[in-house]
Amino acid sequence: MEDLSRFPLRLEGPDAPMVRFDHVTKRYGDLVVLEDFCLDVAEGEMVTVIGPSGSGKTTVLRILMLERIQEGVIYVDGAPISHMEKKGRLVPASERYLRRAREPIGMCFQHFNLFPHMTAIQNCMEGPVQVLGLSRQDARERAEELLEMVGMIEKKDEHPSRLSGGQQQRVAIARALAMRPKVMLFDEVTSALDPEVIGEVTEVIRKLVHEHRLTMLMVTHQMGFAADISDRVCFFYGGRIEEQGTPEELFGNPQKERTQQFLSAVKSAG
Amino acid sequence: MFDWDWAFTLEILPRLLEATLNTLIAAGAGYVIAVFLGLAFALAQRTPFRALTLGVREAVEFIRSTPLVLQIFFVFFVGPQFGVTLSPWTAGMIAIGLHYSAYLSEVYRGGIESVPKGQWEAAAALSLSTRDTYFRIIIPQALPPSLAGMGNYLVGIFKDTPMLSVIGVAELMHTANAIGSENYRYLEPYTMVGIIFLCISLPAAAMVRSFEAWVRRKLGLS
Repeated sequence: MEDLSRFPLRLEGPDAPMVRFDHVTKRYGDLVVLEDFCLDVAEGEMVTVIGPSGSGKTTVLRILMLERIQEGVIYVDGAPISHMEKKGRLVPASERYLRRAREPIGMCFQHFNLFPHMTAIQNCMEGPVQVLGLSRQDARERAEELLEMVGMIEKKDEHPSRLSGGQQQRVAIARALAMRPKVMLFDEVTSALDPEVIGEVTEVIRKLVHEHRLTMLMVTHQMGFAADISDRVCFFYGGRIEEQGTPEELFGNPQKERTQQFLSAVKSAG
Repeated sequence: MFDWDWAFTLEILPRLLEATLNTLIAAGAGYVIAVFLGLAFALAQRTPFRALTLGVREAVEFIRSTPLVLQIFFVFFVGPQFGVTLSPWTAGMIAIGLHYSAYLSEVYRGGIESVPKGQWEAAAALSLSTRDTYFRIIIPQALPPSLAGMGNYLVGIFKDTPMLSVIGVAELMHTANAIGSENYRYLEPYTMVGIIFLCISLPAAAMVRSFEAWVRRKLGLS
């Protein structure tokens, strides 16, 4: 059994990060994907994770929202989410605790994952009504506001099968925002899109960065986009952060050889 | 050699149609039991409780691997030894409902497994409860691919109701037997039974298909 006494029960104080990965290890069977992984994301910060496939970058998002970890503790907004407090000690979180603790986190996926049997607006109302307990009227107003923001209000009564990939992804962003998350996760949200519609999705994310004080963690292959909007870029290699810095530092003057190799490979691929 | 008696046919028709109603009630009631119990079986096999999961899976396998007629006899004749005395109707409904719930649970299982993993993840990302995830997200999507199988078993359960005649449920087959032995004529009653089954099964199968298409449209899936 892992000794958890070295981890604080809560993160407090003005310097406390919005998200902290504290010596986290994630394994799938024998395969170690993340080992002793540490990362802080400050409130309102936009952090982008880049790196070759298989480097564990998507896992960083998945352990926040979907999967359990084997070692370490993850904190969101001061409270542990991977663990809970019991008699003054941290113990692995129960399913119920986990679900509640993850409420302040929103996530968007590569393949959108809209609910196909619901219209755009129903997709955006589902969480607020069922989980947050909003009245249908309030949830509808909130959903309409967000669909307006992502430019999808005219299609609000369409089912996902009638929408293009870019449109579906914008609805998916509105759906996640309808939960009023403090942290947003974007998992390769433009990777499944046709090139001509990538812009409409990145535009929405750009708008979020400029107009809302959301903490965001994004995994992407769009280096130009990452450079444009990130406060910090982390280059992932072999389950850990090989190098991180501002976009200017990381893209303009990478220090590590692996970073340089990766960036030049990406550049030559166009 | 081929002496079809039209007068006799007309004479027995009302009795046969009355029995048809019983057959439809038996099939309908058995099917309602199977639809809900089957769903319970399917969901029970997905809980984190290993004992429950394994127990239900074994029960489903057991039911699927033994003949329906044996199960009908078992419920009706063995039940009383354990203090459970049931009327032929009740015993028949329970046996046939239980039998088909095992098959339907497999249909549901296939339907649930056909829902993409991303749907579970999207539900988790909204912090939906397990119950909401199943009943609002997964099952509505698992339903359309299950409908073809559900329809087949609806017709199947209807065609299996003659088995209930063995414990004396007055359905179509039982009545045809009775008419046959009363009049020493079997050609007309049995032929009529076949025709009646055909007249119900064929349109039922077509209705199931259009219902499936309607549900898909209704859910915006096509």
